[in-house]
Amino acid sequence: MKEIRLNVNGTEYDIAVRPHATLLEVLREDLGLIGTKEGCGEGECGACTVIIEGKAANSCIVLALEADGKEVTTIEGLADGGKLHPIQEAFVEIGGLQCGFCTPGMMMTATALLSKNPNPTEAEVRDAIRGNLCRCTGYVNIVKAIQLAGKKMQAGGATEGRTS
Amino acid sequence: MRVFYRRLPKFQYIAVRSLDEALAFLAEHRGKAKVLAGGTDLVPQLKKREIELPACVVDLKAIPGLDVISHDRQSGLVLGALATINAVGQNRVVEEKFKALSQAALSMASPQVRNRGTIAGNICNAVPSADSAPALLALNASVKIKGPKGERTVPLDQFFTGPRTTVLGADELLYEILVPNQDRASRGVYLKLSPRHSMDLAVVGVAAVGLLEDGICKAVKIALGAVAPTPVRAPMAEALLTGKVITQGLIDEAARNALTQCSPIDDHRASREYRCDMVYAMTRRALAHIFGR
Repeated sequence: MKEIRLNVNGTEYDIAVRPHATLLEVLREDLGLIGTKEGCGEGECGACTVIIEGKAANSCIVLALEADGKEVTTIEGLADGGKLHPIQEAFVEIGGLQCGFCTPGMMMTATALLSKNPNPTEAEVRDAIRGNLCRCTGYVNIVKAIQLAGKKMQAGGATEGRTS
Repeated sequence: MRVFYRRLPKFQYIAVRSLDEALAFLAEHRGKAKVLAGGTDLVPQLKKREIELPACVVDLKAIPGLDVISHDRQSGLVLGALATINAVGQNRVVEEKFKALSQAALSMASPQVRNRGTIAGNICNAVPSADSAPALLALNASVKIKGPKGERTVPLDQFFTGPRTTVLGADELLYEILVPNQDRASRGVYLKLSPRHSMDLAVVGVAAVGLLEDGICKAVKIALGAVAPTPVRAPMAEALLTGKVITQGLIDEAARNALTQCSPIDDHRASREYRCDMVYAMTRRALAHIFGR
């Protein structure tokens, strides 16, 4: 076991991890943050997407030890208390989900995209979510929701929630 | 069916702070240690138990300055071993002066994978379909390697030895990729054929970089991916074009000649015949693009 310090959604955790544990395993099993999902487990599907130091990453292929000292944002870090993040609001309003399994990953990828490009075109959104697979194939509304989220954030919600 | 374990096998982990520390560790654990940069190839390989399981994983990410992407008139483009695929693909100088490389980088995987995976890792992993390889070959890149016996520079066309094998020793590290400056007027392109838009490997990858002056080809380099045991150059096709007036007929002939470098596999992605046909079609398209025809 090795001691690491993780900053997850603004909270510092000092935690002992196995060297071969992935960040996903530590988030879900040690910290109980089960919003982040495990899909393929090999970096293909994007269900486990979290944001590490401002950049989207597949937490299933990142070792927990690689995240030592880093800032990690998971889906649990989006809402501000009981108030949904504009990205979450937009997904609810548009109905940007079907079974919901890919949704946390989609939202984290959207968070990374919108922090750099607040007003993406449909093509830009599609390019950004190319590593997030939706087995329900509900892409049309997912793309619409991400575009609406961008507009909502520009209209005043931009400083709400954690976007980096 | 291939077994896929959701959990990683056990290994020790060490984060080194300098190249020398990494080399000392690799020398001590000869053949038992695996180098970790982005981990986007290594971690899935370990989960699939696809490679010999290492006793130890050596993480390079804490080595300062190894993620460098720099460019100047003398040394050209320098990519440190930790330069990520996205950092390289989105770099403005790379996009302006080394177009084939930025196109290859941005054709790979997904933003999540590109944020962590490195160009050097793509090269060291050495799969025949590695997208960055044809682009770097066409740009005449070389790699700098450090080991217990010192440093050496290896031209990239002498680096690959077979599918997933290279000249890199178990106690050596590839720490830098060098891409020489190209003529200001030269043009480059990387074309990738894959059935899916994203998260897919190349069925055929073609990179071409060339310089045209008054309709005459002054220099050209063509490199092919996924159609031989290693990424390969097509020197005979290059020779056909060099010094000649470029015509559609000559481009056709060179593209057909590029086939002589191919010995593609027949698999579920594409048949051998299809890959060969596509090498011809895509080489022709790449040449037509760089020569403006």
